[in-house]
Amino acid sequence: MRLAGRLGGAALSLVMVAVLGFFLFRVVPGDPVVSMTRGRPTTAAMQAELRAQFGLDRPLLSQFWGYFTSLLQGDLGTSFTFRRPVADVILERLGPTLLLVGTSTLIAVGLGLWLGVRAAWRRDSAFDKATTGVALTLWAVPTFWLGMLLMMVTGDLFPSRGMRDTDTAPDFVSQALDVGHHLVLPSITLVAVVCAEYMLVMRSSLLEEMHAPYLTTARAKGLRDDLVRRRHAVPNAVLPAITLVFLRFGLVVAGAITTETVFSWPGLGLLFYDALTGPDYFLLQGLLVCTAGAVVVMNLLAELLYGVLDPRVKVV
Amino acid sequence: MRVKACALLAIATTLGVATPQVQAQGPVILKVAIVQQIDSMNPFLAVFQSSTEVGRLMYDYLTAYAADDQRVTEGVANRWEPSADKLTWTFTVPEGKKWSDGKPITAQDVAFTYNLMLTDEVARTANGSFVTNFESVAATDDKTVVIKTKAPQVTMLALDIPIVPKHVWEKVTNIKDYANDQMPVVGSGPFVLTEHVAGQFIKLKTNKNYWRGAAKYDELHFVYFQNSDAAVQALGKGEVDLVNRMAPAQFDSLDGKAGVTRNKAQGRRFTELLINPGAQTKAGVPIGDGNPALKDVRVRRAIAQAVDLDALVQRVNLGYAEKGAGLVPPVFGKWHWQPGAGELRKFDPAAANAALDAAGYPRKDGTRFTLRLTGRAGRAYDEQASEYLKRSMSEVGIGLDVRLVSDNQLNEVTTAATYDLAFSGWATNVDPDFILGLHTCAQRPGADGKGGTTDSYFCDETYDQLYARQLSEFDEGKRVEIVKQMQARFYDQVPAVVLAYENALEGYRSDHFARFTTQPAQGGVIMAQNGMWGYYGAEPAGRVAQASSKGPWLAIGGMVLVAAVVIGVVVVRRRQATAGERE
Repeated sequence: MRLAGRLGGAALSLVMVAVLGFFLFRVVPGDPVVSMTRGRPTTAAMQAELRAQFGLDRPLLSQFWGYFTSLLQGDLGTSFTFRRPVADVILERLGPTLLLVGTSTLIAVGLGLWLGVRAAWRRDSAFDKATTGVALTLWAVPTFWLGMLLMMVTGDLFPSRGMRDTDTAPDFVSQALDVGHHLVLPSITLVAVVCAEYMLVMRSSLLEEMHAPYLTTARAKGLRDDLVRRRHAVPNAVLPAITLVFLRFGLVVAGAITTETVFSWPGLGLLFYDALTGPDYFLLQGLLVCTAGAVVVMNLLAELLYGVLDPRVKVV
Repeated sequence: MRVKACALLAIATTLGVATPQVQAQGPVILKVAIVQQIDSMNPFLAVFQSSTEVGRLMYDYLTAYAADDQRVTEGVANRWEPSADKLTWTFTVPEGKKWSDGKPITAQDVAFTYNLMLTDEVARTANGSFVTNFESVAATDDKTVVIKTKAPQVTMLALDIPIVPKHVWEKVTNIKDYANDQMPVVGSGPFVLTEHVAGQFIKLKTNKNYWRGAAKYDELHFVYFQNSDAAVQALGKGEVDLVNRMAPAQFDSLDGKAGVTRNKAQGRRFTELLINPGAQTKAGVPIGDGNPALKDVRVRRAIAQAVDLDALVQRVNLGYAEKGAGLVPPVFGKWHWQPGAGELRKFDPAAANAALDAAGYPRKDGTRFTLRLTGRAGRAYDEQASEYLKRSMSEVGIGLDVRLVSDNQLNEVTTAATYDLAFSGWATNVDPDFILGLHTCAQRPGADGKGGTTDSYFCDETYDQLYARQLSEFDEGKRVEIVKQMQARFYDQVPAVVLAYENALEGYRSDHFARFTTQPAQGGVIMAQNGMWGYYGAEPAGRVAQASSKGPWLAIGGMVLVAAVVIGVVVVRRRQATAGERE
């Protein structure tokens, strides 16, 4: 019953996002038709034709009803900017975003949790101080600045932009290696910035467990320190980090606007940025529904997984 | 096992990193950085400057602008003749020109293109304004196109409309949904579109059938940069061969860079300071909330007189601009206007103060009134010039409330006329009709506040009369005079102060490409031309693999990564062995 309630709650959240998204983006400053035609010889009649083409000449509620009924049928509308179905434009950018943000998130989670455990276990050691200091510094660094700095200091080693070169051989292996080559700098930038989050959460939650009586019992049984940490302390300390990880996985779809902008990575973050400059209403609405949908689904999964990891909060 | 797999993967990736991307004898490619998205490759829908620039390479227009002096020259048509009443134009399409698929280009293609725009409103999306005055278009035979206009139109040789192949486009049933992505895309220009990956790059190949002769290299690639700093770095590294739209600081950073040549060109853009003259709709109903004091032309003139344009050019444009005057930049030679001795408004704060006193705006506690200055946040010019103007205006007793907002907000503010002063700017064309027409009464919005294209809200009977005269004046010498009178009138009435004509700052890899054709020949631009000459006329410096310089660095990087992975594997194995022994 509680499971059905949670599923219903998730569905309601998505509907709310769709409704709010429509009105939210309508108050974003700017007129798509004026933005499109600025700097070009345009007549008032041409502007009126464009408004009619996009349905912007209809009353707001009529526009909303049209959008909402189409959405229920899986139609996200047509992008003003790209003159193509929003779903196609989003799908085209989904792969690059999943590759960049997904890879970076996996590395950041793995590295962050590992460093967090090590730092907590050797509290106040040089390792703890060094890793915490570096992580906090990177966390505080503006992503844009870090990306540009990495681009400069690595010189010719890595490309400055995009996902692949235009003159790479067309075979799969060459293309895959080229994408890997382009992935290095944006991934490092993202990992460097978000890794601290996992590290600090893991560190603090493990520190809370460090003096728990069950650890003393485990040691009294003669278990090695590594095993005490791995088998007893970490599983109990990992729950807060799990919440964070799932939240972050939900945001993978949203892309990383700054990193994608710095490295011209053709993902959803960059698409969001471009859509806002229109503003491209249908594209913005589509992006919001997709990204919010991913967060809602991941939150739901986190709640369900919690029950598996900790039977005390099991969802029935 | 996992450790091994990771190690192998890392080594494989590293080896890939160290693989040179271009074979030494591969095609010669010109790589160009673009910093604006491509909206559509459909020439009837594409409105972004980047898209129209690529479109110019794919499709010829009816006429073209020469590279050396921007005069009207041969495009699809090589001869043209207006009738005595100037209502009928006859264009001749010569035999021998071919589409990229080998089929002949004829007058039927021209008539098809224009008639499609006349009959399908979607086909008018991008360039509809050029055919508004058309009565009919007909191809009387394969060589002759006759265009009848409703009224005489002096801009008939400035129709910036790509001519499309009838045999391809007559099969298109829905222009709105047609992406024009059937590669290779059949065209008449010097290059043929062969691949477009949205948000990443566009590839074109040289059109071997081009009637002017094929370009001197094999492929032209446009690569997309969201970040102009990255584009400049990529030029320095040799990842791209050509970059434009550089900021002065970026341009300076390339000074002395090996293999890079900079091009400081006269640009088509100007920056202006709008002064709300009392905005009204077409019906004369006031809109917006401009300060009423600005309706007084004496106040507007005093504001203009209090701005030191020379200092702005030196301090804000860092010298990469020319002082502003008329609406047409100096790059367009004969159309450009500079005030004569009797018209010139010299920078003179004392005279501006006196004029404001005389106009009836005395100082109270040192200030006469306060104005809002709206500019774009993140645009270096607006940020720096607004500080400068704040000081200049305070010297004449005008307080400035600076509001730096997003691009969209700035558009909204200027469209709704909810500004006192605002930064704006325009890119102009060879024919001055567009930029002059923006400031006529007819360009103001309708009663609903929509449909306007002006941002100066200028409405002046004298100016409008001159505009109508130039539009039907077919004697070029006389038209030039009228155009200059219009600019003088605009300057005198000051709905805006043209602050500067910005230089177009470009850079290219002269070790890859030795020469580019600029437009105009002296001090002209390579990119963003009124034509395709910059790309078409590029001459390779030699058939050198462009990425070969990366090799040693990639190899070193690869070796470092391999070493790191090997050390990691050894450490983990040793650790595992120790743990096993302990257990």
